[in-house]
Amino acid sequence: MTSIASRGLTLSYQRQVIIDALDMQLPQGRISVLIGSNGCGKSTLLKSFARLLKPQQGSVILNGVDIQQKSTATVARELAILPQTPSAPEGITVRQLVALGRYPYQSWMQQWSAQDEAMVNRALAQTSLQALADRPVDALSGGQRQRAWIAMTLAQDTGIVLLDEPTTFLDLAHQIEVLDLLRDLNRLENKTIIMVLHDLNLACRYADHMVAVHNRTAFAQGRPDEVLTETLVKIVFDLNCRIIPDPFFGTPLCIPFGRELPQ
Amino acid sequence: MDKVLTWRRSGFSRRINVATMWRLMAALMVTTLIMLGSLSLGKVMLSPLQVLRILLSSQDPSLTFIVEQLRFPRMLLAALVGAALSVSGLILQSIIRNPLASPDLLGITSGASAAAVLYLSFFSVALGQQYLPLAAMSGAGLAALAIYLLAWKQGASPLRLVLIGVGISAMLTAATTFILVFSPLTTTLSAYVWLTGSVYGASWPEPLALSRWLLGICPLLVLLARQVMVQQLDDQLAQGIGVRVQWLRAGLLLVSVALAGAAIAWGGAIAFVGLIAPHIAKRLVAPGFGGQAVMAALVGANLVVLADLAGRVLFLPLDLPAGIFVAVLGTPFFLYLLIKQRH
Repeated sequence: MTSIASRGLTLSYQRQVIIDALDMQLPQGRISVLIGSNGCGKSTLLKSFARLLKPQQGSVILNGVDIQQKSTATVARELAILPQTPSAPEGITVRQLVALGRYPYQSWMQQWSAQDEAMVNRALAQTSLQALADRPVDALSGGQRQRAWIAMTLAQDTGIVLLDEPTTFLDLAHQIEVLDLLRDLNRLENKTIIMVLHDLNLACRYADHMVAVHNRTAFAQGRPDEVLTETLVKIVFDLNCRIIPDPFFGTPLCIPFGRELPQ
Repeated sequence: MDKVLTWRRSGFSRRINVATMWRLMAALMVTTLIMLGSLSLGKVMLSPLQVLRILLSSQDPSLTFIVEQLRFPRMLLAALVGAALSVSGLILQSIIRNPLASPDLLGITSGASAAAVLYLSFFSVALGQQYLPLAAMSGAGLAALAIYLLAWKQGASPLRLVLIGVGISAMLTAATTFILVFSPLTTTLSAYVWLTGSVYGASWPEPLALSRWLLGICPLLVLLARQVMVQQLDDQLAQGIGVRVQWLRAGLLLVSVALAGAAIAWGGAIAFVGLIAPHIAKRLVAPGFGGQAVMAALVGANLVVLADLAGRVLFLPLDLPAGIFVAVLGTPFFLYLLIKQRH
């Protein structure tokens, strides 16, 4: 089953083409990770999946239907996106922030249904934020804040969650915490997770499906152990490396080196 | 933690913050007291009880005239002007996501001022004063429209709105000064009083006209209230949860220009209310647009009523424009709140 697919997708900013005639399919109920060098267009691709960017040509297919044909509210109920380093309205509490995720289900009349309340409480529980629910978002640590944002996308109750580098600016412990949380959500709630990650080793460990974006297209896609090879790292990142199996997880472990091989 | 009441009836639901409700009630009581005080004090000093008696039953006709025809409409106009400017500033601060945003910064005030001064200098002799509000409002609207169009670049970003607003504002201020220099001396004086902001000599038609205008805007505000918070998220996040960010921003901008434009049209360019009253309100109630808007309206109303009272009473027999005292009264209170919060 496919969650998001693209057909002949061409994306550009002004006249510069970022992604050119891309055909790809991302599996449903899996964790897909986009990798690639800075500025290769992986974030742009993620944005177009969420209809934040109109394709120049081609289309994005969300759950079988062209995303441009769907209403704004429908898209928001099928797919949530968490951009890189989002900012929260001044002074609001974690609970208020998470409640904003309920927006696509609300109307002027119906601003806080029993369903809204239940979903917000559930999202807070899933991210272990109940104890912090009434704290202002500004007062949280980086890891807690990222959990709060993820809770907001959970309250949105979508089958698909897109995340643009959810671990940026987090220390290693919090990176693992956030990625573990995302994997739990995938395994337990069957959420389709599509994210951009920079750390190749963590990407390999957590991804079921991996896409290397390079040269305006998907250079390689498939299981991490199929995708991440020494040649690919050399071409996509222009980096020399050795790839060995991770001693704990068996997934590819990339050990980069500079111009000179160590003795 | 703030207790939250939930109100649900078939198809209708709301969250109500209990603490916010209590604070709004308290603010409403303070407002009533300040208004009563404003009706009591002046050249002829009355006690609040006397004022109540005058309002409830007909007494000495000369005192009735002072309270009901001189002080009441003036006080009401001051309150409406303050409330409208304050809510306008609150909306602008949320759109621009910048605590310094206010109708003054964004060129709305200077647009109204330039148009008003132009009208006072060249048209008021022929047409009379009655079209002054219309001129001021058109000026505010035109300035805001120009800023919005110039800021448009695949959508109007908050930062571009501010930068272009500041630029247009500076240009219009220069234009205002230019017109003042070339206008006859008699109109220069009335223009200066208008520019400082004054509710001097208000009679019943003015607050009534302004209140009709504000009542017209209110439904739009109630309709958009739910959306103010979501558009404070990043544009991408807001779009991601299904908000039509550009439409919403244009709509909110329109509401805030209409509010500020109307207030300035009848009260003159009272500076600073739109900046400081929303900040005071935000520190008095929990986040949430509904509660903050009502609180901002009350704070703005009180600020201008008190400023006008100070202008009338402190330098008797002089009657100074309310605009002078807004900053003098507002700033210490605002600083007090900031310092109290630091601890």
